Amino acid sequence: MNRRFVLVIFVMVASFTTITIAQGQEGFPTDNDVNDIAKKLYCPVCPNTPLDVCETKACQDWREQISVQLSDGWSEDQIIDYFVLQYGERVLAEPERGGFTSLLWLLPVIAVLVGLVVVWQALRSWRSARLIEMQPVPSQPEVSPETLAKIEKELRKLA
Amino acid sequence: MLADIGLFALIVAFLLAVYATIASAWGGWKNQQAYVESARNATLLVVPLLTISVGVIVYALYSLDFSLAYVEDVSSRSMSPFLRLTALWGGQAGSILFWAWLMSGFVAAVLLRKWERDRDLMPYFIAVAMLTTAFFIGISVFIINPFARLWHIPGATELTRAIFQPAGAMAYIPQDGQGLNPLLRHFGMIGHPPTTYLGFTGFVIPFAFAISALATGRSRSDEWIRTSRRWTLVAWIFLSIGLVLGGRWAYDVLGWGGFWGWDPVENAMLLPWLTGTAFLHSMMITEKRGMLKGWSVMLIILTYSLVLFGTFITRTGVISSVHAFSKTALGPVFFVFIGLTFLGSLALLLKQRDTLKTKHEIESFMSREAAFLLQNLLFLAITFAVFFGTVFPLISELVTGTKITVGPPYFQKVTGPLFAVLLLLMGIAPLIAWRKQAARSLGRAMLIPFVASLGVAGIWGYSHRVHPASFFALWLVSFVVLSIFFEFWKGVRARMNAQSERPVVALGHLIGRNHRRYGGYIIHLGVVMIGLGFIGDAYFQQESQRALTIGESMSIGDYSLRFDNLETFPGSDGREVLEASTSLFKNGEFVRTLQPRRDFFVVQQQPVTVPAVHSTPATDVYVLLVGWEEIGLQSSTFKIYLNPLISWTWTGGIVLILGTFIAVWPQATGKRRVSYSLKPGKFRPQPSAGD
Amino acid sequence: MTEMTTEAITEAPGKRVWLSGLGTVLIYAFVLGVLGLLGWGLMKVNSGQRESGMAPDFTLTSFDGESVTLSGLRGQVVIINFWASWCPPCREEAPYLESTWRKYQDQGVFFIGVDYADTEKEALAYIDEFGITYFNGPDVGTRIAQDYRMDGVPETYFVAKNGELRGTKIGPLFPPELDQRIEELLAETYAGE
Repeated sequence: MNRRFVLVIFVMVASFTTITIAQGQEGFPTDNDVNDIAKKLYCPVCPNTPLDVCETKACQDWREQISVQLSDGWSEDQIIDYFVLQYGERVLAEPERGGFTSLLWLLPVIAVLVGLVVVWQALRSWRSARLIEMQPVPSQPEVSPETLAKIEKELRKLA
Repeated sequence: MLADIGLFALIVAFLLAVYATIASAWGGWKNQQAYVESARNATLLVVPLLTISVGVIVYALYSLDFSLAYVEDVSSRSMSPFLRLTALWGGQAGSILFWAWLMSGFVAAVLLRKWERDRDLMPYFIAVAMLTTAFFIGISVFIINPFARLWHIPGATELTRAIFQPAGAMAYIPQDGQGLNPLLRHFGMIGHPPTTYLGFTGFVIPFAFAISALATGRSRSDEWIRTSRRWTLVAWIFLSIGLVLGGRWAYDVLGWGGFWGWDPVENAMLLPWLTGTAFLHSMMITEKRGMLKGWSVMLIILTYSLVLFGTFITRTGVISSVHAFSKTALGPVFFVFIGLTFLGSLALLLKQRDTLKTKHEIESFMSREAAFLLQNLLFLAITFAVFFGTVFPLISELVTGTKITVGPPYFQKVTGPLFAVLLLLMGIAPLIAWRKQAARSLGRAMLIPFVASLGVAGIWGYSHRVHPASFFALWLVSFVVLSIFFEFWKGVRARMNAQSERPVVALGHLIGRNHRRYGGYIIHLGVVMIGLGFIGDAYFQQESQRALTIGESMSIGDYSLRFDNLETFPGSDGREVLEASTSLFKNGEFVRTLQPRRDFFVVQQQPVTVPAVHSTPATDVYVLLVGWEEIGLQSSTFKIYLNPLISWTWTGGIVLILGTFIAVWPQATGKRRVSYSLKPGKFRPQPSAGD
Repeated sequence: MTEMTTEAITEAPGKRVWLSGLGTVLIYAFVLGVLGLLGWGLMKVNSGQRESGMAPDFTLTSFDGESVTLSGLRGQVVIINFWASWCPPCREEAPYLESTWRKYQDQGVFFIGVDYADTEKEALAYIDEFGITYFNGPDVGTRIAQDYRMDGVPETYFVAKNGELRGTKIGPLFPPELDQRIEELLAETYAGE
């Protein structure tokens, strides 16, 4: 009983200390913490500009807001959800999957599959057109550079 | 006065272009050579006329003739003379004129060559090429004229732009212009637009050939495709250079630590490059085996259509982008033009498809034809994915009403695997024979590069063991590079044995004997190097940002950066420079000082961040003075990116260009070169004229 | 080097894989689809702000938690002003807006400030700085801005007493423009009144 009690206290103190140290280092949240989240968002106003590199005052305010939210203990998901709610879906670097936007991912996959089928069919039809004097077809002798060099040497002797 | 001459030349050029279009079409239809000759002369005349117009604008920009609205837009007293010249393409009006000029130059160059083989293609070639040229000159004349002036109509709050004096207005000549957008004042901007435009406009040539061949039914033969191929290669080189330079500019100026953002306008450049590359390869099958003719034609038409599509979205802002020009009345006219081009070429292609049928045969799925087909499929799949991702925000808004962004995560995840397979194919395909390749001999040929690459990747990846997928990427790169080196090695060794040549000489002769093949290998090497930069960016990039006081350091990876000093002074071009001095250390040892800057352009009220970069083959250390935080001796914020392998992209670009030059260089032979292809079952060499 | 192997006796059945009738239809459909999309995009880009017709309805919740619905303001002249704390021209017009509000607030005029893509902290500081007393709230999800096809702050939309849009002002307002507009709208009478 005693040992367990000590163990629990120890764990609590250790975690508390670790968290405090982690937050205390350089003053949580650091610029990097903010950027980690800002990287995943786009500036709501400027076109196609990620939030961590955008230089406008508006983006400064948003990063400041992320910083405040982080120090209030918000998780990354909560912050991102808040941004989507406040500013619309365009702040996400890729649209949330579901419904219509799943087409974005589906169509290229379908295109590749269809393409593979087409290529397969084409190759098959090409292969079935054969020369009639085909018996066991020797593989085309690879005209290696060595052979070619030798042949050219011989030809030059003839010329 | 001078501007009037320029305007006059422009209008005459337009009229001549329209005439050339009509006359050549008429001459082609009615089979009257005289009209075609006349059209040809008119086309040739357009070039010096447009040169006059361009010259006048350039001179006006240089001499700061602010009576022209365009000069007021993009030039200013504080800009250096050199920059003033580049302002030609700094705004919408000038860049359209520039585009039209380049296009007319290309068409004239083609018309000046010998035409014996393709005589009957000339009428419709001129018609198609000049129709397009006339369109662009027409835009310049009627919609956004670079010779418009500024007028002040009494009572109006804003100035009017017009060529001719509106009633009651007075000419307004400002004291100074706004000058080029500060972001554009960089050497990359000197090279990027011209090479990109050369690439884009160059594609009109193979397109015009294709349409002409289809229209005349000459698509039955092959010769014209070979002519198209050469011009496509020219356009392709320029587009490739344009892409690399654009990336370099983004890296140096935008301060994002990367060089490719998958922005819609960037994608617009990439799309024709992808299909153009596919075309260059499918051409090889058509030339070698006479197969895939229709497919090749379709690829040219698709490539040119993508060029028009790209220009359309860039200049009209239909898809929002950081690059877009300011909006003009260009949209509707442009839309009609590309609509007619798409539908017209498609209709013609489908109508004439019988002329494109050829016999197709191979012996095995394992053959170079199959490899090429697969490669084309991959290129087209990537093209589709990029195209779809670029237009999807528009589709989504149309269907659901919500605005969304499709950013790098989508493009990387979808095109990444496709590029990976492409890379693998690039390493293997040169080892696969035409018609049929026995698996065993392929395995033997692959063995050494394969095993060696596993070793290299193992060592290399272990020292950078960040991401499991990176092992695979690194292995791929090693495999392809080693395959290519091995091909060279085999050839050199053969020559050394057969001819007793020294290695360097052997290498020279090896390449000299077969420009296309070995030039192609070098191009592939360049592509792999560029890919290496992308891989480094995707998997190994690190960043860190921190505020420092004087003397304080921040660290990232093996490096640390110490903030030493801060200075402010006036710079060139009317800017105020805020420059920080920092010292870079690696593993505690001093490497060098880096001076990231923050320039503020007073006139435009616009800041530009200039990074300081320490570049080695292994890594770039990219340091930014963060502008939106406080900058002072007490506290300045710095952002460091560690970009491993990124300099391979620039080197790769140079290698790519080198390889293309080698591949394109005509085989220097006085005598007729004979090459032999040995057919299975019939060991009777059939000589055919070499290329 | 065209090597048409003339010895081929057996030929593959002409499988024009990529040009069957279905393929043709599909290709045309695709091209027309792309063109249609681009055409629609072009129309969207060239259409400016909403300037006429019924003003799109919305409900705005202020920073204090109160809410107001546009359709509930029929009978009053409504001035809808889009602003943001990070927008310098907005600051230029802010004092003028506030003083005009105070002048007309008892005459059947209602001012709504729509805070576009802003952070609450900065917005409240802005309101404080200019002593703004009229109704202000954040445009959640930028829905209102999208409905009005607002292009960039500051923009002001004028709504007549019957709920119709009577035009917009792009850019900051300066005296006496807003006063004039309000007077015009107040003077409007409708058949049957």
